[in-house]
Amino acid sequence: MKFDLRKVALATAAPLLAIVVALLFTSLILLAAGDPVVAVWQVLFKVPLPRQMVAILNEATVLYLSAVAVAIGFKMNLFNIGVDGQYRIASFAAAVFAGAHFLPGWLNIVVSILIAMVTGALWAAIAGFLKVGRGVSEVISTIMLNYIATYFVAYMLKSAAVKVEGSNATSTQILAEDSRVPGINLQVWLGTGREVYGLIFLSIIVGILFWFVLSKTRFGFDLRATGRSETAAIASGVNVKRMVVTSMVLSGAIAGLVGMPLLFGQDYGYGDTVQAGLGFAGMSVALLGRNHPVGMAFAAILWGYLNQLSNGLQISAGVSDKLVLIIQGIIVLSVVIAYEVVRRAGLRMEQRRVARELAAKPAPVAEGVAA
Amino acid sequence: MSTTAPAREQKLRASIRTGRPSWYWPVLILGSVLVLSTVRVLTGANDLDSSGALGAAIGLAMPLALAGLGGLWSERAGVVNIGLEGMMILGTWGAAFFGFLYGPWVGILGAVAMGVLGGAIHALATVVFGVDHIVSGVAVNLLGAGAGAYLAVRTFTGMPGGGPTQSPPLDKLPFLSVPGLGDWLLGLEQSHTWLVADVAGILRTLTTDVNVLSIIAVLLLVGSWWILWRTPIGLRLRSCGEAPHAAETLGVNVLRYKFIAVLISGGLAGLAGGFLVLVASNLYRDGQTGGRGYIGLAAMIFGNWRPGGLAAGALLFGYADAVQLRGRGDVIHAYLLPIGVLLLAWGVWQLIRAKQEKKLLGVWRIMMALVVLLWYAVTSEVPPEFTSMTPYIATLLVLAFSAQRLRMPAADGQVYRKGEAN
Repeated sequence: MKFDLRKVALATAAPLLAIVVALLFTSLILLAAGDPVVAVWQVLFKVPLPRQMVAILNEATVLYLSAVAVAIGFKMNLFNIGVDGQYRIASFAAAVFAGAHFLPGWLNIVVSILIAMVTGALWAAIAGFLKVGRGVSEVISTIMLNYIATYFVAYMLKSAAVKVEGSNATSTQILAEDSRVPGINLQVWLGTGREVYGLIFLSIIVGILFWFVLSKTRFGFDLRATGRSETAAIASGVNVKRMVVTSMVLSGAIAGLVGMPLLFGQDYGYGDTVQAGLGFAGMSVALLGRNHPVGMAFAAILWGYLNQLSNGLQISAGVSDKLVLIIQGIIVLSVVIAYEVVRRAGLRMEQRRVARELAAKPAPVAEGVAA
Repeated sequence: MSTTAPAREQKLRASIRTGRPSWYWPVLILGSVLVLSTVRVLTGANDLDSSGALGAAIGLAMPLALAGLGGLWSERAGVVNIGLEGMMILGTWGAAFFGFLYGPWVGILGAVAMGVLGGAIHALATVVFGVDHIVSGVAVNLLGAGAGAYLAVRTFTGMPGGGPTQSPPLDKLPFLSVPGLGDWLLGLEQSHTWLVADVAGILRTLTTDVNVLSIIAVLLLVGSWWILWRTPIGLRLRSCGEAPHAAETLGVNVLRYKFIAVLISGGLAGLAGGFLVLVASNLYRDGQTGGRGYIGLAAMIFGNWRPGGLAAGALLFGYADAVQLRGRGDVIHAYLLPIGVLLLAWGVWQLIRAKQEKKLLGVWRIMMALVVLLWYAVTSEVPPEFTSMTPYIATLLVLAFSAQRLRMPAADGQVYRKGEAN
């Protein structure tokens, strides 16, 4: 593969353009609402404190997994909007199993993570089978499955929950010390006691596997081909129905991992305080990172950065931290528009270049075909 | 070809007519009422079709119908609008903000205006820039949720009775009744007589304490049908959703039609949000829409991209929602009986009539029926979490059983670029 400088420039131009547009429009909204514009940007453009840097990395770890889950679907034009429900039901299943401590230490962790993957995959498979078997759009079915998962887990939690002493929060059995994944201490470099999730390596591995499977295997090729042109894929012998179910299952399995860093590195149990909405955030990250393994990593870090620094908005600028949702929404919207505009600009440049080259060459000899 | 065009058309018309005989709808409705009242008498779950439950169902169906109608306008013009949820959220804020300052009627306008704003964003992305419709819709949802929450904090904090996640209480829109009917029908209904009480309950729901906005919603539904299927404008708009390039060659300004359709779609979704604020409750709350934009979209798909069908879908989901909101585990429990019996009958019929290879399906149905009936027999209520799930499960089941019979506009969801016709 040859390195094309123009292509890279075009690919990075779009997200940068989107961020500039987001800054502009957010400023306009702040002006219209009568909030202090300068103070807001001063809060959001600070260099993060060491403990914030760790928090950003941790948040990015989780978001990246969610983004990969979404991206697997996106690559073949399949919209898995159900990552939210999938990771919740999967985290719950894993938390219940891990909390029972059937297995010792590391084995318990590994098996619980596998259980999360299987649960997520099964939940996603419902949508996959509804699509290929009954023709139900996965967009609607995954959204409905999100709500069903929420209530289902709430119901199951009631019977699985144990009373935590000194707190009225309901949660599954808290993990024993030997079933937790130790964090990575960055005291030496950053000077903060806060630890990075040990499972950040899980995200990195998932990212590498995602890249490898999609760009280096036949399955990945088939998947991308199906996304680009279904008819072409069918013509080359791809079983599209099986591809739909497979990619939905894969996406669900990765979605099942989303809650794992939280379960083994922070909460040590599944309770009613578990973080919601990671699926939708992952979708934004995937869109911003353009389903690219490296791009999504940058996007996840940007999302973590915005989330962490916006915590200070209320105190330092007197502006609601909900503002960050608007900023993120505008970034996503403008980035998809920017990609489209840049893609067309690239296409036009290409056409012009080809036209120039053709015009420069002498006209080819007509081979007996009179126009 | 021996048949001439008019003859073919006549044949086609005849086949359409034989597809749905004229007695189809009356018999279906009467049959449903008969089943309902029998189940009610047998199970004793009188809230099954009381005017209270039906009134709540209609109140909850209206936002779904309006959202679905929004989806209809945009998808008939070929733009998938999954951003209805975000536009609804914008509508809830608009209704509360302008409703508090200038009264509920201006609140309606505020809801529509905010919805149109959301629609404009979606239209800009999908129609002008050619972004994938689902991607843009998801982004609009994110943006709508964020903007709603941010604006609520910004505007409602410090208002009397308001807070960062909640607006002050608002004035309500008037309710209308046909005079002199309400009490009489209520008496009939409370006699709990088989069939009589049920018909009285339905009539009472339709004639007593009907909100003005519900009436407006019904008019919008009928009006949309008339515009889309009975006027040249509607024909052109629908042609943009079926064959945009053909429409373009006939001189239709496809991009303009699509853009305006998405704006109307946003306005209707905003109005759906306004309904939640001004009629279903009397204030704005964070998370008030609760995914109703998506369910509205599902209702439209269930209704086969037709106004009548989407209204039926909205009523179905509204009813499921009403039952769960009234916390009536016993009513949902009562439904297990007819569902079980119908499944059993279907399974037996399939065993007798179906071809050899399909008989297994019949066995499956009978087994499912037995499970449902067993569930009915050994429990007396459905747990509250499961009643909350009902509307979503109903949506899934209904789509699973009906999706194959549906036909969406041929060019729905495809990005259209001007001048690509060939």
